[in-house]
Amino acid sequence: MKQAALTITNGLLVTREGAPVSGAIRCDGDRIVAIGADVVPQEGDRVEDARGKLIAPGLVDLGVFAIDKPALHFGGITRAALMPDQNPPLDRSSTVRYAAQSGKPDLWVHPLAAATRGLEGSDIAEIALMRDAGAKAVATGRHWIADSGTMLRLLRYCAMLGLTVIAHAEDSGLTGSAVATASEMATRLGLPSAPVEAEALAVARDIALAEMAGAKLHFRQITTRGALDLIRAAQKRGVAVSAGVTPAHFMLSDTALADFRTFCRFSPPLRREDDRKAVIEAIGDGTISIIASGHDPRGPEDKRLPFADAEPGMAGAETLLPLTMNLVRDGVIDMAAAFRLLATNPAGLLGVNAGALEVGLQADIAIIDADRPWIVSSAKMAAAAGNTPFDGQGVQGRVLALWKGGLKVG
Amino acid sequence: MTSANSSSRSRYPAGSLAFPHRGLLGLAGLAPHEILFLLDEAEQWVELNRQPTKRVDHLRGLTIINAFYENSTRTLLSFEIAGKRLGADVVNMSVGQSSVKKGETLIDTAMTLNAMRADAIVIRHASSGAVRLIAEKVDCPVLNAGDGQHEHPTQGLLDALTIKRAKGEFVGLKVVICGDILHSRVARSNILALTALGADVRVCAPPALMPADIERMRVTPYHDFDAALKDADVVMMLRLQNERMTGQFIPSPREYRHLYGLSVERLTKAAGDAIVMHPGPMNRGVEIDSNVADLPGRSLITTQVEMGVAMRMACLEVLTRKARGLPGWAEPREDKGSWA
Repeated sequence: MKQAALTITNGLLVTREGAPVSGAIRCDGDRIVAIGADVVPQEGDRVEDARGKLIAPGLVDLGVFAIDKPALHFGGITRAALMPDQNPPLDRSSTVRYAAQSGKPDLWVHPLAAATRGLEGSDIAEIALMRDAGAKAVATGRHWIADSGTMLRLLRYCAMLGLTVIAHAEDSGLTGSAVATASEMATRLGLPSAPVEAEALAVARDIALAEMAGAKLHFRQITTRGALDLIRAAQKRGVAVSAGVTPAHFMLSDTALADFRTFCRFSPPLRREDDRKAVIEAIGDGTISIIASGHDPRGPEDKRLPFADAEPGMAGAETLLPLTMNLVRDGVIDMAAAFRLLATNPAGLLGVNAGALEVGLQADIAIIDADRPWIVSSAKMAAAAGNTPFDGQGVQGRVLALWKGGLKVG
Repeated sequence: MTSANSSSRSRYPAGSLAFPHRGLLGLAGLAPHEILFLLDEAEQWVELNRQPTKRVDHLRGLTIINAFYENSTRTLLSFEIAGKRLGADVVNMSVGQSSVKKGETLIDTAMTLNAMRADAIVIRHASSGAVRLIAEKVDCPVLNAGDGQHEHPTQGLLDALTIKRAKGEFVGLKVVICGDILHSRVARSNILALTALGADVRVCAPPALMPADIERMRVTPYHDFDAALKDADVVMMLRLQNERMTGQFIPSPREYRHLYGLSVERLTKAAGDAIVMHPGPMNRGVEIDSNVADLPGRSLITTQVEMGVAMRMACLEVLTRKARGLPGWAEPREDKGSWA
């Protein structure tokens, strides 16, 4: 039985450009049918009063490692691109198809096909079969494809299939078993480390190959000034290369590693302060076009270990929105840009009909109080595990209500 | 900068304020006067160890567990002798015969040791930060006997004690540490101790074995060993830690010796009364020639071993003072730490 249409009134509508505008949004079925200041509820509509808060698109999280619905919904995420680093990896159409169905109806999972079989970096996987099973892009996973020939063939093949390649940018010859950035902090702690140039080298090679292949290339996490400069220059030349980042790399530097805090063990690792500032600059000037959570809940068995033995990753879904709101409050970006980074751009990369408040798009909508303060607490998180480096930190910005395809979540 | 030429106890705050730490996880958090306090405390044990009867009852009834997750000969033996000479019951936990081999986690082991009511736990582990992780889970003092490439604080202290007894003064002393700095926890602890006490520390290694930003630790990096040796008062050699290397860091041991091996001829570039040190185990003929290692009056390598026992006695005795109810030794501040 079809649900009545939904009208959310009395809100501030997030637009693609400029400041949010007062108005309402009406959805019928799973689509947005009307939006603007003059929109009013029709008879029989379900009516929600936004009470002057933001009406925004549901977030599209490009690259999570676990389908952790409570955390994703808490964070206002209605669509999540699932990284292929699963057990088993998403390198077959059957696993991709299963993953694509795993979140419905209130969370849409967009699997990212493993670029190579077993994510081992050598044999290209059955990407066309996985695309037809629901994969929305191709990812190299947590690893760099070291063989340039393999990477070129992959990029050419994905260009033919119309899929973006999402790459991890760390030259494995330099990183080896590194768990930190080569710096004073890593030296003092005696942690295996690699120079920041490992990222720039990987980026330089992959940009060159993407240009040769005419492929669309997205670096999921770019965290260093050198790599960002290369991407900025390539974008100016018209190369179809984009970059993303997670909040950890614009909020924290490697000084957070003091005391061997494994909740700060990431891949790529936290960088030096200058690199953190470079990431913020790149978000401001548009070089970085996507902010994702990298959500990877890890329990004590993965984290309560010596630093180098701990698994990388953080439970980031719940803090994605408020930490991005920091950038708005600091004047780095405006509200429209924040939601382009969190929803519109990732939706565009995945080629899904969502990520913005526009007629005809999917009714994935969040009501957000951008100023609401709350304290991040590892112990109280909705996530499957509380591995956040922001435990105890005060943040602002919280989702008050969420709809996926017009259906209220929770 | 603090001078080490006076050993007057009055320089130190009273009671636990003299050493306000629950354990010894590293030298990074220690103030110069706290390091000097431990060095001075060790002097009495140097004297005791030279007596025919080398035993006191200070730690009678206390249990010390040596949990070594990495192979060790001298450090384990040194800690065992130190504990026994203080009258403690010392138990060595060999990982090869423990549940660690059955997959028990580090935390489980820590909680097990804690439940056994140890009064001090000495830990060596292959991972940087592992000792801190255990220290957060146990109620007794924890002493770091070496964690990965991070720190080996008692080695840093015993080396400082050796230097102090040989040279009397740290301020302005030119110390060269040469070898595999990248993988060396001994180098890090020595750098922290010696720079805190006012020494001019030079570190020398090929580029592949020199850690990033090492100069931020207030040392001068060198690649040229002969230049580093100029007028040096102390020459501390380190071995190549092949077990921690992945990939090729040097072309060959022969080539390494050519550039960084300490020979009698090379030693002439240092000060005429320069002392030679090595934490052991030595690779004779690689980083140090035998005729240098055994040089009478100049090589203090065996003295370092002797100071090691005294220094570890001092650390165990000081860190168990609260448990033993010594007047003035209240609960020290917690060394901040968190696994998360």
